[in-house]
Amino acid sequence: MTVFAKLTRSELRLYLREPMLVFWGLIFPSVLVVILGCVPAFRESNPDIGGRRVIDLYVGIAVILTVAMLALQVAPAVLATYRERGILRRLATTPAPPVALLGAQLVVSMLTAVVSIGLVLLVGRLGFDVPLPRRPAGFLLAFLLTAGAALAIGLLVAAVAPSGKAANAIGSVLFFPTMFFAGLWTPREAFPEVLRRISDLTPLGAGEKAVAAAMSGSWPSWGSLTVLVAYMVVFGFAAARLFRWE
Amino acid sequence: MPVIDVKHLSKRYGGTVAVADVSFTVEAGEIFGILGPNGAGKTTTVECLAGLRTPDGGTVSVLGCEPRDPQLRQSVGVQLQESSLPDKLTVREALELWSAFYPQPADWRQLAADLGLSGKLGERYAKLSGGQKQRLSIALALVGNPRIAILDELTTGLDPQARRDTWELIAGVRDRGVTIVLVTHFMEEAERLCDRLAVIDSGAVVALDTPAGLVARVSAEQRIRFRPSVPVADELLTGLDGVREVVRHGPQVEVVGHGNVLQVVTAALAAHEIIANDLRVEQASLDDAFVRLTGRAAEEA
Repeated sequence: MTVFAKLTRSELRLYLREPMLVFWGLIFPSVLVVILGCVPAFRESNPDIGGRRVIDLYVGIAVILTVAMLALQVAPAVLATYRERGILRRLATTPAPPVALLGAQLVVSMLTAVVSIGLVLLVGRLGFDVPLPRRPAGFLLAFLLTAGAALAIGLLVAAVAPSGKAANAIGSVLFFPTMFFAGLWTPREAFPEVLRRISDLTPLGAGEKAVAAAMSGSWPSWGSLTVLVAYMVVFGFAAARLFRWE
Repeated sequence: MPVIDVKHLSKRYGGTVAVADVSFTVEAGEIFGILGPNGAGKTTTVECLAGLRTPDGGTVSVLGCEPRDPQLRQSVGVQLQESSLPDKLTVREALELWSAFYPQPADWRQLAADLGLSGKLGERYAKLSGGQKQRLSIALALVGNPRIAILDELTTGLDPQARRDTWELIAGVRDRGVTIVLVTHFMEEAERLCDRLAVIDSGAVVALDTPAGLVARVSAEQRIRFRPSVPVADELLTGLDGVREVVRHGPQVEVVGHGNVLQVVTAALAAHEIIANDLRVEQASLDDAFVRLTGRAAEEA
């Protein structure tokens, strides 16, 4: 097994040993679908959101929620803690490059996201007849770009936060507004026009729009894909420039 | 051919000079000590050796390479101050992971046994005592079978027994041909382990010698204290060869002198049938040498 594979396995094992992180990243998005799905009114077609059911929308929102949890809450806190405690520095004295640890952490985030999102789709399909994404390739693209944009933001948080606690705090402060624009509290379909336009330009708003499009059978729009790529490039570049190893 | 060659190393952080001018060489197979008070520049010096910091001036060569050369990471094991591991990583996982980083790792089970960690392999890092964490850190520095081991504050946080065990381990590692650079502020450790010592103060080397050489440099004088069985006149002692001074502390007599002063004094006392009760001889120690060289007590360091 290569060094990178071993580091990844080790990171995955450490992640699975954190019950809170496992709950929020892996379990909670599906739990949310179950809770909302148990409200009878949410399983009926609703004219306010174009005749669709609330639960149909929330499966897509739960997908975004998973990405946000892992990219904004889990990854930055883990990486900033590693730096704060001199783990990255210690690694720099071995033949394993510290950047491999960063890569391993990203792989763990992506693996967790894939499993968690699979669970969300499955729970939606089996529990509440929410159709699986009608355009799987578009869904995959929307997921990858949303995860890329969110992880780039998370890495920038990890780059500038002086400590693990600070990274956690900054991540949480970012989590609420970005998830608001993704429609966690009120689906985007119920947003007034101005709010929806603002939401289209936010990372998770654009992500939700792209995921929702793929869920209902169309390709994500160029607009939302462009927004996601822009976030990924700008924040990823800034994170790479500002990341401190000690 | 030295394995480490440091010439006129300097490093500053902003306006603060951490290292002003440090030069020394380390020969293959020796244990080289770096001794000095807090803030003297010891840690910065070894961080430059380990390739973690880029010097502002001077040259550093390790095994003929520039310290940042990635090739060196296989041959140089480093134990840092204040670096930890993830809380939930177990001792076994840490050792296994670290040995996977190196092409020819040591047997980590043997290393764990040597460091008294065999019973703790399943324990998570956060549950280890300070001394166990320190021993794990030493094991990780040695697990790659390095040619050079750089150990910063090796035994800080260890209890006296663990400290002695660690010294034995380090001596054993040296016997296998590993060159060791040891940063310490324990005089006993420096005296026991180091072949040569560089005393660093305010960013510069103030002395570089063997531990015995450093002590001899400070003072060759001895102080002999005793309580004579019958009163003894100063003149009996002051006239003796090698005696410089006689001081009285109540019933105690202190004779300061050099050379064979101990034999001379005891012979003179015996000739007068005087018994020297509670005889003590004090020689300058590495501690004294350190204080003299840096103007500070070792405990502050």
